[in-house]
Amino acid sequence: MSDQIEPTRRDLGLEPIQISSVESVPVSKNGASSFGKQLLGFWVTFKAMFKKVNTVQYPEVKEPTAPRFHGRHQLNRHPDGLEKCIGCELCAWACPADAIYVEGASNTEENRMSPGERYGKVYQINYLRCIFCGLCIEACPTRALTMTNEYELADNSRSSLIYEKADLLAPLRDGMLMPPHPMYPDMNDTNYYKGDVLGFHPSQEVQT
Amino acid sequence: MTTAELVDMVTVVIDGFEISVPKGTLVIRAAEKLGIQIPRFCDHPLLDPVGACRQCLVDIEINGRAFPKPQASCTIPVEPGMIVKTQLTSPVAEKAQRGVMEFLLINHPLDCPVCDKGGECPLQNQAMSTGQGESRFEGVKRTFEKPINISSQVLLDRERCILCARCTRFSDQIASDPFITLNERGALQQVGIYEKQPFESYFSGNTVQICPVGALTGASYRFRARPFDLVSSPSACEHCASGCSLRTDVRRGKTLRRLAGEDASVNEEWNCDKGRWAFKYITSAERLTHPLVRDSAGDLQEASWPEALAAAVAGLGGKQTAVLVGGRVTVEDAYGYSKFARVALKTNDIDFRNRATSDEEREFLAAVVIKSTPSYLDIDRADSVLLVGFEPEEESPIVFLRIHKQVRKRALKVTAIASKLSIGNEKLKSNFVCVAPGAEPAAIKVQELTSKSIILVGERASESAGSLSAVVSLAKESGAKIAWIPRRAGERGALSAGAIGNLLPGARPVNDTEARVDLAAAWGVDSLPSQSGLSSDEIVNAANEGQIEALIVGGVDPLDSANSQQMLNALKKAFVISLEISHSDVTQLADVVFPVAAVVEKSGSFMNWEGRSRSFDLAVESFQRSDLRILSMLADALNAPINLPTVKSAAKEFDSLGMWDGAGAEFTSAPPSGPISLGNNEAILTSWRRLLDEGSLQAGEENLAGTARKTVVVISPTRAQAIGVVDGDQVSVSNAHGSVVLPVLVESIHDDAVWLPRNSRGSHLLATLGVASGSVVTVVKE
Repeated sequence: MSDQIEPTRRDLGLEPIQISSVESVPVSKNGASSFGKQLLGFWVTFKAMFKKVNTVQYPEVKEPTAPRFHGRHQLNRHPDGLEKCIGCELCAWACPADAIYVEGASNTEENRMSPGERYGKVYQINYLRCIFCGLCIEACPTRALTMTNEYELADNSRSSLIYEKADLLAPLRDGMLMPPHPMYPDMNDTNYYKGDVLGFHPSQEVQT
Repeated sequence: MTTAELVDMVTVVIDGFEISVPKGTLVIRAAEKLGIQIPRFCDHPLLDPVGACRQCLVDIEINGRAFPKPQASCTIPVEPGMIVKTQLTSPVAEKAQRGVMEFLLINHPLDCPVCDKGGECPLQNQAMSTGQGESRFEGVKRTFEKPINISSQVLLDRERCILCARCTRFSDQIASDPFITLNERGALQQVGIYEKQPFESYFSGNTVQICPVGALTGASYRFRARPFDLVSSPSACEHCASGCSLRTDVRRGKTLRRLAGEDASVNEEWNCDKGRWAFKYITSAERLTHPLVRDSAGDLQEASWPEALAAAVAGLGGKQTAVLVGGRVTVEDAYGYSKFARVALKTNDIDFRNRATSDEEREFLAAVVIKSTPSYLDIDRADSVLLVGFEPEEESPIVFLRIHKQVRKRALKVTAIASKLSIGNEKLKSNFVCVAPGAEPAAIKVQELTSKSIILVGERASESAGSLSAVVSLAKESGAKIAWIPRRAGERGALSAGAIGNLLPGARPVNDTEARVDLAAAWGVDSLPSQSGLSSDEIVNAANEGQIEALIVGGVDPLDSANSQQMLNALKKAFVISLEISHSDVTQLADVVFPVAAVVEKSGSFMNWEGRSRSFDLAVESFQRSDLRILSMLADALNAPINLPTVKSAAKEFDSLGMWDGAGAEFTSAPPSGPISLGNNEAILTSWRRLLDEGSLQAGEENLAGTARKTVVVISPTRAQAIGVVDGDQVSVSNAHGSVVLPVLVESIHDDAVWLPRNSRGSHLLATLGVASGSVVTVVKE
């Protein structure tokens, strides 16, 4: 994937510049000296009047972003609904802007939020600090944290720009159950990471 | 070690650098001295070498003859003519280390993201510095069930273990609690516990700290933080008089863990589980946040500081006031109390002792302890140790570790004079002198000590009249040193600060005019009260009789007092100003309550039993004020300023006072009490507090409480036969005040005695029996 966005190296056929061959040219201080030259300038403006318009009538009209645009984060789920986040804080560690705050906690039989031992109990991203560099995404060992293309993050108070776990969690799709619930029968956390779990099993539904 | 002692030096060459080190030094240590770091896991300077992990392989040649293979530098002592090449200069050593690392990682799960050690893990770090980066292993890793509780506070993840045996060696060699061991062989080798005996050691936390991987982790810190979240500050332990230096790790204003700090002359690198894990009391819901004032209806209401100060001043209004300081204060706070009593209240009625006390003890403290300068080094050098009214493992665990170190190293002779043989004394292989409670003085007198011996006297020695006198005369005859080791962290400092009726700060005797004038001049007051103050028992009695009408009470639990009922009555009767961190029995009865800062919320210092200052800085920012600050405000409000606005100013003033160099107080011996006659089924009660019990500073620590020793009644085989019980039967111990029913344990104890823990789950002696030791109780089968 990442090779697609690497800038391709094109041979432009330029001569390498020899420093010794560069000559300094005195800057002409004379402005537009003649009416003809001024007309020439306005011709550029005139031509542009007939070009296709790039302006978008945002917010009435919204254009999709580039597919890999760095927007708001999302905390993903396993196909059965369990959270992928294990609360390891590697995202917080990687963050150059100190925008992420995580507290881990133990999964128990009664309260299982993710496969394995640990889940993220508190997860906050401060969008006043986030610089959307994506290092957190690279650091995430479980692919729990990814970025969406959502860019409408403006708000009118500082506190509302600190996104909590509930704001960041991916929605439940078909085949997903709202945690806490047990792991898929006869599967362990490694199976989850390998993608062996494809949806929930009826036994995972817990009566509350 | 004195400088005059000649040490054989050996010169070796490491990576081309020559260095001379004492004979017997390990190669890895010699390299450290040169600043050459050889990677290692199993090596620990305070544990015996074992060579288990093989990470420290180096190339060695001696006098031109090279070892055929790389050798573990942590097990080989230096030899003359040795040439060592570490990974820095020898490609063979470098490759060998890489290979070992690859082997270590074969079965390691690499679950660093969920591992508590991640970020501060020697295995992570050294895998980066000396590892391959990639593994050639393509098989299936060995797996174990993750994690298992080897005690309620220590979790074991066997997959992560690299079998360095640090934990098992620590438990065996340092703590003498060999409850964990390496089981099985080969790839299945694992740390295991005995089936019948959980890992209930008072020192188990150290194994978590020295584990070089995440195999042993603490239950209370599980998944709480990463090292980069934590703000660490060096601190001192507030739990006992051992004086451990600690490291307090705080995340967002909340203490998450405490680790043993390094101090070679005190706690080396260890601490006890109480010091490590008992800190939730700071964040308990019972913490006081605002001053409270009792209103006209008799209810405590939250009040502002000026209101509370005004209420305190109005309440004190010329009344005869006494001060009960409590044993948990810092030196600076104690000095504040001491100065406040003398300057603002114009009285010497102040006492830091809130426990069974005696006048004999007060004289002992003023005449002997205040001038003595014992130290851990004296234990290291002693030819024998005598324990009087003192259970090192329960009451000062680091003293226990230090004695045990010498017992293990050179079979130091330890003699314990007690009624019951404790587990700690068994580990110290003590010569147990079994006496009936109260009969200690006679046993002390016949001990044979030399001038190189040390007598460790606990605070419980005051519970047996004449014991301290016997100790003093024994020390005088033999030239042995006396060390008084109280249980609480603040008592030694409070003694130096003069928070006691017969001493002013800096060992100035109250009844010495010169000393009083000296201090009055330093404080800039006209005169100081000249009459020796009342002791804590006398203060309580006087308050009950109405001679003392107001009490200023620090961190005092009435149920620690030798006569708790009278203490509660006194608190009901008098006008009480309480300085407390949490709601307590005292604040319930107080008229004005000031909330004070806990230890992590202030700076200051403790004085450990050696008289060594253990200073600490503020670890957690809070709005709470120290006792000293509140006393200072109160003194200002009383128009008798003590001029100690900050901890720094108090420390500076106390330092500048210095110790009194004039004549000290004289010790006059007290006679022992007569023998107690016992009827049928009667026994003399004896007890001590266990390290892990229901103390108020351990409140809310479920995991810690899980490793407390079982609460039992201990009686002798003879008595067990007489009342017809065997181990595990329920036995009732009762007196006129109440009774305690507990399972019995038949053990080595004096026939006339019955032992119960003083304040453990199901056995709160002062609350139920009203006494803790020395009195007659009835022991019958339930």
